Amino acid sequence: MSTLEFFLAGTFSAATIFLLAALGELVAEKSGVLNLSVEGMMAVSAAIGFLVTYETGNHLLGFAVAGVAGVLISLVFALTTITFLANQVASGLAVGILGLGLSALIGRDYESLTIPSTDGIQIPVLSEIPLIGPVLFQQNLVVYMTFLLAIIIGYTLKHTRLGLAIRSTGENPHAAQALGFPVFLIRYGCVAFGGLLAGFAGAYASTIYTPLWADGMIAGRGWIAVALVVFGTWKTGRIAFGALLFGMVSLGELIAQSMGASIPSQLLSSLPYIVTIVVLAIISTDKARMRLHSPFSLGETFDGTEGR
Amino acid sequence: MPFKLQRREHASRLMLIAAPLSAVVLSTIVCSGLLFILNKPVGQTLYSFFIAPFENFYSITEVFLKFGPLLLIAQALAVGFRAKVWNIGAEGQMIVGAIAASSVPVYFVDSTSDWLLPAMIILGALGGMAWAAIAAFLKTRFNANEILVTLMLTSIALQLLYYLLLGPWKDPMGFNFPQTVMFQNEALFEPLFSGVRLNTSIAIPIIFTIVIWLFMERHFGGFKLVVGGLAPQAATYAGFSAKKAVWVSLLLAGFAAGLAGMSEVAGPIGQLQRSVTSGYGYSAIIVAYLGALNPLGIVFAAFFLAVLQIGGDVALVSANLPISAVHVFQGLLLIFYLAVYTLVHYQFKPIRSASLSATSDHVT
Amino acid sequence: MSANLPLLSLKNITKRYPSVVANDNICLDVHANSIHAVLGENGAGKSTLMKLVYGLIQGDSGEMLWQGQRVQLRNPAAARKLGIGMVFQHFSLFETLSVVENISLTIPGPRHDLSQKIREIGERFQLTVNPDASVHSLSVGERQRVEIIRCLLQDLKLLILDEPTSVLPPQHISALFKALRKLRDSGVAILFISHKLEEIRELCDTATVLRGGKVAGTIDPTITSTQELATLMIGHEVASIQSRSDKPKSEQALLQLESVSVASDDPFGTSLRDINIQVHGGEIVGIAGVSGNGQAELSRLISGEQIDRNLATNAIRMMGQPVTYLGAAQRRALGFAFVPEERLGRGAVPLMSLAQNTLLTTFDKGLLKGGFIQRKKLQSQTDECIQEFDVRCGGVNAVAGSLSGGNLQKFIIGRELMLSPKLLFVAQPTWGVDIGAATAIRQRLLNLRDSGIAVLIVSEELEELFEITDRLHVINSGNLSPSLNTADVTPNDIGEYMIGQSPGSKQETRHAV
Repeated sequence: MSTLEFFLAGTFSAATIFLLAALGELVAEKSGVLNLSVEGMMAVSAAIGFLVTYETGNHLLGFAVAGVAGVLISLVFALTTITFLANQVASGLAVGILGLGLSALIGRDYESLTIPSTDGIQIPVLSEIPLIGPVLFQQNLVVYMTFLLAIIIGYTLKHTRLGLAIRSTGENPHAAQALGFPVFLIRYGCVAFGGLLAGFAGAYASTIYTPLWADGMIAGRGWIAVALVVFGTWKTGRIAFGALLFGMVSLGELIAQSMGASIPSQLLSSLPYIVTIVVLAIISTDKARMRLHSPFSLGETFDGTEGR
Repeated sequence: MPFKLQRREHASRLMLIAAPLSAVVLSTIVCSGLLFILNKPVGQTLYSFFIAPFENFYSITEVFLKFGPLLLIAQALAVGFRAKVWNIGAEGQMIVGAIAASSVPVYFVDSTSDWLLPAMIILGALGGMAWAAIAAFLKTRFNANEILVTLMLTSIALQLLYYLLLGPWKDPMGFNFPQTVMFQNEALFEPLFSGVRLNTSIAIPIIFTIVIWLFMERHFGGFKLVVGGLAPQAATYAGFSAKKAVWVSLLLAGFAAGLAGMSEVAGPIGQLQRSVTSGYGYSAIIVAYLGALNPLGIVFAAFFLAVLQIGGDVALVSANLPISAVHVFQGLLLIFYLAVYTLVHYQFKPIRSASLSATSDHVT
Repeated sequence: MSANLPLLSLKNITKRYPSVVANDNICLDVHANSIHAVLGENGAGKSTLMKLVYGLIQGDSGEMLWQGQRVQLRNPAAARKLGIGMVFQHFSLFETLSVVENISLTIPGPRHDLSQKIREIGERFQLTVNPDASVHSLSVGERQRVEIIRCLLQDLKLLILDEPTSVLPPQHISALFKALRKLRDSGVAILFISHKLEEIRELCDTATVLRGGKVAGTIDPTITSTQELATLMIGHEVASIQSRSDKPKSEQALLQLESVSVASDDPFGTSLRDINIQVHGGEIVGIAGVSGNGQAELSRLISGEQIDRNLATNAIRMMGQPVTYLGAAQRRALGFAFVPEERLGRGAVPLMSLAQNTLLTTFDKGLLKGGFIQRKKLQSQTDECIQEFDVRCGGVNAVAGSLSGGNLQKFIIGRELMLSPKLLFVAQPTWGVDIGAATAIRQRLLNLRDSGIAVLIVSEELEELFEITDRLHVINSGNLSPSLNTADVTPNDIGEYMIGQSPGSKQETRHAV
């Protein structure tokens, strides 16, 4: 593989982590729930996913258990905010702290261990195409599934009754309830779905992308996923584009080293965070557009009363 | 669900006190269960957490050493949280404060001037404020979400710290460890007693607490911030500037976190190194909430979390418990607190759906 | 099913809230082919009862019979299954969705077929609306039509309408009544909630009057006089308003807006176009219009909550001085006071005490010393306000959120009047306020005018505007009509401005073309 091929292929692989987590967060936010515990959910799942894969050698099982772990953690958040009506921002932070603590606890005996890496799927014929082949058609199954999932989620939100129900719950839970939608159930479902995808994102990070466990390995990627939802103005296509952009940026260190540039590595490590801040500022300036696309009740607790 | 939550007519004062206490009890129970599953000695660990920190004079002073920065940062964060300015990057502001303060002894290695410490105090505060000001500017000028910005700024601050410690500020005689030279005595706070690390910098959070209490409970400036947090439209209606609230909240937090960072490098650590913050910036978020965002409540909460951290250090040795267990406990504490706090404004009410049919039974 | 068996029968329905019994042993029979009014003033329990019937809330005791069968409605979906539909006062539509998307939320089937059905029903009952339009682009009247169509698309047997006319101009009210009569004749029962006596006498076949959560009587409105209805509804005679001493107006306009045009930065907002208003001391000027036509934007611009740097320096003047770039507090310092439409969350902070809420706008009146709050003084001033304006509450430390709508409005108006303003701006002065308090508020506004203060009112209640204003403007899609002398115009004239035609516009247009 040439450096360019390696870089572009790596971009898709790195983007998958961001995209999975961001898609989950998108669905939760569309139902009106701002779940800031993505980083924590990913961390727990990454640890558990690694542990299971390490012990059983079964990647699929690792993924499944990590997904379940993500769902469980997200249900703690759902219980706190949806049933107990606690502030979503503070609860997200709390669950995030809990998740980071749990991941360190779970992964303590596995620090720096590795598992065998998995091969990508070689799609016949197509993978032979120069440049495009290695980049697009030799990826891990999860990469394909994730981008497919982006399309499915986009379609579901836009064109199905389920999507309409989720969107209307996020826009105005009082009205949604008046129409007879099970607002609490929809929100629980969306938050749990977010947990599931965050769980998969964590498992992908620790068992496929870099198949080793190190405490703190999620390294802010959960937070960038939250930011991606804003960047993409709650639209799947743009979120996928943003994920690719960040996948590329996060490889910056690698490229710079390969090119022998003498930029301090800390600056390169900061690059994703700096880019996040800059893009966030640019996107958020247009208040009218933010208002048009953001779920109107995002972050507000809903106590089930009939409104005013 | 046999019960549902119904809004109370008046906030319950009882629950206001009961919420943090029940959070402590509930998280202790859950944590004990977790320890049991992990096959750790439960009794031993609880003893380490809650009793051991008070066993001797030295560990009591250590509790107060942790208490200082937690109190300082939490008081400032609480002001912001009441104004609904979500600064969760106190950690980063603390790092930059520590860096700014350290520049003095790093560049004036041989100085024995009396001005060293005052200069470090000023630079520490300014450093933290400058870092927070970036978030305030981006929020007020570009509407950029302060949660994400302050968090990203923390990651950047950490990289900046690593860069300095591995590069220009590295102690040439330090065996290549990522740390600066040990600061001269003139750049350090005086210990309160000989043989302990607790020092005169403890005065800063105490004075700050009194000032914040006056500001939030008696001063119009605090009132304006609280209105902005409770009802932003009412604040606009009254003519209170939302942008000003963002600036005040963030600068105050930057000030406090910067000072906290400064008092670490000029106190127990005595140099700039990687673990300069000990996670105070994040723990302070928990302290602020556990203290019900109230200046007095925060004093108790800061003390409790300080005990917890010392207890964690003890348990590290006595029960072979990882420090992450403390984070788990802290996370649980905040989750339980937030859930129980809802009962200040709501009460459980049984759903009596059966009553409709009960009354009609004799009719049919 | 015998002809006399009611479609819906409520027996001894009771619903308690912590502070109040909203429905107390309510009995009510609704028959098919009839329009049944539920009449009562604000807080009488009308809305609670309708939410019970629609399954939104559950009663504490009593039972509900549907075609003679006992039913329990756990949620609105169960109610809809029976054939019950409801049109809310504050619509339950989603702004970002299209008409057909909104309807498909509750009505199954492919969207293409739904669009077709929406058109058909629209034609049949004269409720036309474009199925593909985005809801946020629709007028209030059109939104109401969407809600009614949504109910009609199910197998509708009972339609509940909550204060449907409060959002419509007079012309559209008669169209709505026509559609409702057609519906009734097609076999549907209609529950029509209102506090407007004349309407009920015109439209309804039966009326149940609620007072304080109890049934005060069930009568035939066509043979009952308005006076009788009013007495039944209120329980006592209403004090009449003392109007009009012909004092001269002030020379100088205390509020002046000159060619104010502001593009809205909210995609769901209204842009204001070339607004001109003058209000002099000693007069009450009213702004009529269907809500959502720019009132909110205009209010924020006058109050200083929104400042538009693109306007000319002189575009907005108060007491003769340009205030275009001044904030809310600075305008207040000039002698301006404002009572906003939203009392909770804007005019008052729900979770703060009345004393703290007093501080919100009156801090400049000697309540601060070096920035510190003079708590004793604040308490006594709040107490004074409570006494003088007859605010029923639990004292100065009661939280604003615990007051009833009427008492909170009295408190806010009282607080603003303690500023001794020269210019007072009140949005929706009596919205959601019971009749006793409403009368007191209107009387006070008249007294203020007579004492030489300039008063500007935004209201959706035409009756109110006709009762107390000297001059009127009508706002429609961000355009303001010329000033009209209240004495010289009829509600119908105002109605034509509301829907965007000026009276006699036919000749004018011919002139213009």
